[in-house]
Amino acid sequence: MPLLRPQLPTGPHYGILAEFATPADLFHACERVRDAGFTRWDAHTPFPVHGLEKAMGLRRSLLPWIVLVAGLTGAAGGFALQWWVHASAYPLVISGKPYFAWPAMIPITFELGVLFAAFGAVLGMFGLNRLPMHYHPLFKSKVFERVTDDAFFISIESWDPRFDSSATGKLLESLGARSVELLES
Amino acid sequence: MTAEHDRALAPEQATIPPGHSWNRIPVIGAVCALLGIVACAILGAANPKQFYFSWLVSFLFFVSLAVGALFFVLIQYAAQGGWGIVLRRIGETTFAMIPVMAALFLPLLLGLRDLYSWAVPGAAEQDALLRWKEPYLNVPFFLIRAALFFGIWSFIALMYYRGSRGQDVTGDPGVSARLRKFAGPSIIVLALTQTLASVDWIMSLTPHWYSTMFGVYFFAGSFVGFIALLCVVAPAMRRAGLLDTVISPEHLQDIGKLLFAFMVFWTYIAFSQFFLMWYGNLPEETIWYRARMEGSWMTVSIFLMAGHFVAPFFYLMGRAVKRRNSTLALGGAWLLAMHFVDLYWQVMPTLHPDGIRPSVLDLAALVAIGGCFVAAASWLMRRQALVPLRDPRLAESLAFENA
Repeated sequence: MPLLRPQLPTGPHYGILAEFATPADLFHACERVRDAGFTRWDAHTPFPVHGLEKAMGLRRSLLPWIVLVAGLTGAAGGFALQWWVHASAYPLVISGKPYFAWPAMIPITFELGVLFAAFGAVLGMFGLNRLPMHYHPLFKSKVFERVTDDAFFISIESWDPRFDSSATGKLLESLGARSVELLES
Repeated sequence: MTAEHDRALAPEQATIPPGHSWNRIPVIGAVCALLGIVACAILGAANPKQFYFSWLVSFLFFVSLAVGALFFVLIQYAAQGGWGIVLRRIGETTFAMIPVMAALFLPLLLGLRDLYSWAVPGAAEQDALLRWKEPYLNVPFFLIRAALFFGIWSFIALMYYRGSRGQDVTGDPGVSARLRKFAGPSIIVLALTQTLASVDWIMSLTPHWYSTMFGVYFFAGSFVGFIALLCVVAPAMRRAGLLDTVISPEHLQDIGKLLFAFMVFWTYIAFSQFFLMWYGNLPEETIWYRARMEGSWMTVSIFLMAGHFVAPFFYLMGRAVKRRNSTLALGGAWLLAMHFVDLYWQVMPTLHPDGIRPSVLDLAALVAIGGCFVAAASWLMRRQALVPLRDPRLAESLAFENA
């Protein structure tokens, strides 16, 4: 499945990594990178920064639709299974109720709807993020180790149409980056 | 990340300006109330029994909105919620109507014998179950309880209303701290009294029926009802140019989420009550549902399932629907109507066991009580700031954004 295969730039360079000192610096830099028209880039922070998705110009995720479809599939499947078992395959009279006693099927329908929606959410998130990914060029960077601690990063990938290894680096420096480095693939 | 954290509101940004069309609402409400009351008097004289039942449904509808509003505000105090401060005055205005609802309860006292079979003199003598319940279900104790409910609710409502209005003038943050301290106990008291009130006013219409879930069912309905009202009033105010820069799509999305969540909660409670009784199949529990699963009442039951759950479930699920004035108001208005249908379905089968029979009196009572409610609430709104101007968390609420 192409969705589950890691998508990384081909060629000698992965891209450029820039480190910023504060979330505010990162936030404003993201706005400028967005306005410069870059499309294949990302921001990395140790904690969620409110409004960053707007500053990055991210589109809304596809995930809610995956969850909806998965949840409805689970609910429909759960209901259909019970209907098939109780009313068709192996009809039994249970406490004087009709074979097709739909109220009795609601709890399991509900549970399977929730279960499948949760599967959809977790697996959908993994798929959209292309996880699990066992190798990523970013981790070659020494400064990037602090991304889970106290540093804020922007990475711009080399296959972005606007990428230029020297001009893009200068742009990030002009946006207040503390350090800029070119990463190998 | 926004620079708006220190934004404060000038009083003139949060009042209905002179000459604004909303200044006319109290008069329109009063005219409706007058017309409704006249219609009730004329039509009710010919058919008093129908009048009392119609009045009961509309009374329950508006009293449940007021009590739901009290829960909404108390929960925010107890949880020290910041996001909803700009919406709190709408809740406060709604629960300030509780004393008005107490006055509108009085006509029902003339019709207790028409409404409640246990209130007919001598009813207990021929009925073992009513005899057993008589120490609780008798007219004097019923009246004492009703007085207690309205007394307690009015006490809590006025304490919170006066405190919040007073803070507009003094700006004393101690008011918020004091009201927060009382919020927890008030929620407990409110939950207990509301449960007992729903048992008295609705459940005892079928005095042979047993349900241990009815109180929470009424709570669920009343909370959905108030949030639905909020989802109508807040967009309507924005549209009318009131608080249009104060209440943002972020606030709309949040009350939309609350509406969705408590609509599902109502469904969960309503279905749980039905499901256990249907499965257990004991006559003392199933009589209530049997009356609602025969003839045209079954149609209403199915309509309630589709209209109070299935349709709004899919309608309110999306994000964009909750962030626009018109689409959120449509969802709110729809669920407000369904809350009325829910109460109608709970009360009316006692009067018309053979099937639904709508009456002009249903409409007359709704217009009469609704007119009083809207007139009094909008009259209060003209006299006060539309948001708690000096609440310590106002800035937080103004800057609120969904994550």
